Amino acid sequence: MNNIALYELAHARTGDKGNHANISLIAYKPEDFALLVDQVTPERVAAHFGARRPSEVRRYLLPNIGAMNFVLDNVLDGGVNDSLNLDMHGKSLSFHLLNLPVQRP
Amino acid sequence: MQTLAVGCGAGFSGDRVDAALPVVKTLIARGGPAALMFENLAERTLAHQQLIRRANPSLGYEPLLELELGPILADCLAHSIPIIGNFGAANPQGAALCILKLAEKLGLPKPRIAVVLGDDLSTQQGRTLVKQHLHGAFDEARFVCANAYLGAFEIAKALQQGAQVVVTGRVADPSLLLGPAIAHYQWSATDWDKLAGATMAGHLLECGAQVSGGYFADPGKKEVPGLEDVGFPIAEIFEDGSCVISKADHTGGLVDCRTVKEQLLYEMHDPAAYITPDVVADITQAKVEQIGPDRVRLSGVKGHARTSTLKVLAYFDGGWFGEGEISYAGPNAEARARLAMQVMQKRMGHHMPLRFDLIGLTSILGDDGGSMLTNTPVTRASDVRLRVAAKHESLATIELLLQELTALWTGGPAGGGGVRVAKRQRLSNLACLIPREKIPATVHFV
Repeated sequence: MNNIALYELAHARTGDKGNHANISLIAYKPEDFALLVDQVTPERVAAHFGARRPSEVRRYLLPNIGAMNFVLDNVLDGGVNDSLNLDMHGKSLSFHLLNLPVQRP
Repeated sequence: MQTLAVGCGAGFSGDRVDAALPVVKTLIARGGPAALMFENLAERTLAHQQLIRRANPSLGYEPLLELELGPILADCLAHSIPIIGNFGAANPQGAALCILKLAEKLGLPKPRIAVVLGDDLSTQQGRTLVKQHLHGAFDEARFVCANAYLGAFEIAKALQQGAQVVVTGRVADPSLLLGPAIAHYQWSATDWDKLAGATMAGHLLECGAQVSGGYFADPGKKEVPGLEDVGFPIAEIFEDGSCVISKADHTGGLVDCRTVKEQLLYEMHDPAAYITPDVVADITQAKVEQIGPDRVRLSGVKGHARTSTLKVLAYFDGGWFGEGEISYAGPNAEARARLAMQVMQKRMGHHMPLRFDLIGLTSILGDDGGSMLTNTPVTRASDVRLRVAAKHESLATIELLLQELTALWTGGPAGGGGVRVAKRQRLSNLACLIPREKIPATVHFV
């Protein structure tokens, strides 16, 4: 098994609504989608964003387009109007997700 | 029936004002029925415009409006390309007057302009309605404004009555595209699949270049040709609600399955239930296919009956926000930045919680509580910028924070440089759902 960053297999984009972030995760190659489903679980994503203390992480699968969508509740310190973060939208979080290690056979 | 093409001229307030002209030129060159949409309202933009309108009742609409429409108004009027924009913000009538003046200045015939009203719930009656739905959370003394997200059917009505420009305040972003599609194909309010398909086309276009190569480039991984001249998108909408996304001719950027998928899921929660005022869209069975260079088809979007409520965002005075930064470089820079942080904590930390960032080590990935920074090991970084940020009820306290930051010039650790401080008024918001029949929308011609 090879340990690689998710970044090698997929791309991502973050959006915000209030205090919640969503991060899409899209496989470059359809054949890698199953690996993402197996390894990029809501539990792992919640742990990966532990410093932001998500109250819940939900994962929605879109096998038709080889993508999944994560919704991370209450990770934006109140969101665009309340957060003291320079990146108050959490726009940069997508690339943090892509740092997650995955194993490829 | 001829296919309708809708181009996008802006994806937020402050977008490039030279983006729309190549879109309009492309729509004209391709021929056939077309419309042009401008999306200018992020969540906070409208509340800021409400404050501006309070200070000057003739303002409160998109500040770049003249710069946005100046380059394209003549072509759009001459080629029957209606313009639809939420650039009315807090003052749609004011925006309409501005456009009339612009047309006059350009020597154009007086355009037929419609304004869509009803979203603004800041009136006494609207305020009472919002209060009922926010219950105890409604703070009368701090209330700034409330706006409902209206849908596409009033836009369609205005177009069917011959509007050449439709000015709105708050409408759901995708409705800016769905409106002209409804008017063109004469869809009914229960053509759910068609409404949902065109809604997702509107969703793809609402952020301008974000579907056509903007916000996508990652050197070595996701290359985008000519990013400095990224072309804005165009959607061809078909009678069944499916669409083909492309972009303005002779521009940079790209449209491929990757750009479309990223934008399709942007700001989405449950992909089986993307809720707008017009429909509930389901993209779980959607197909995304490249059908030509810079041409991607989206099909298979399903629609379900719209909800009985409209989303309303209410804004309240949230006190003040202040932030400041100072940089350290060279040997032991990180230790000096960390010492400056301790000085600020000791001098100001008892007034309010302070957020610290050590830019160059840990900043935007951190949390306001500072848990990530606390766990960031000391390194030997030689170019570090300390940032301090806080919020407080009182402007005087925020100003004190900024003074203390500025005093790091002479009273802080050695070699600090590049102090910048800034403050701004904060607006907090609350969302609620209100039965749609209580928020009637109307169309008026100016």
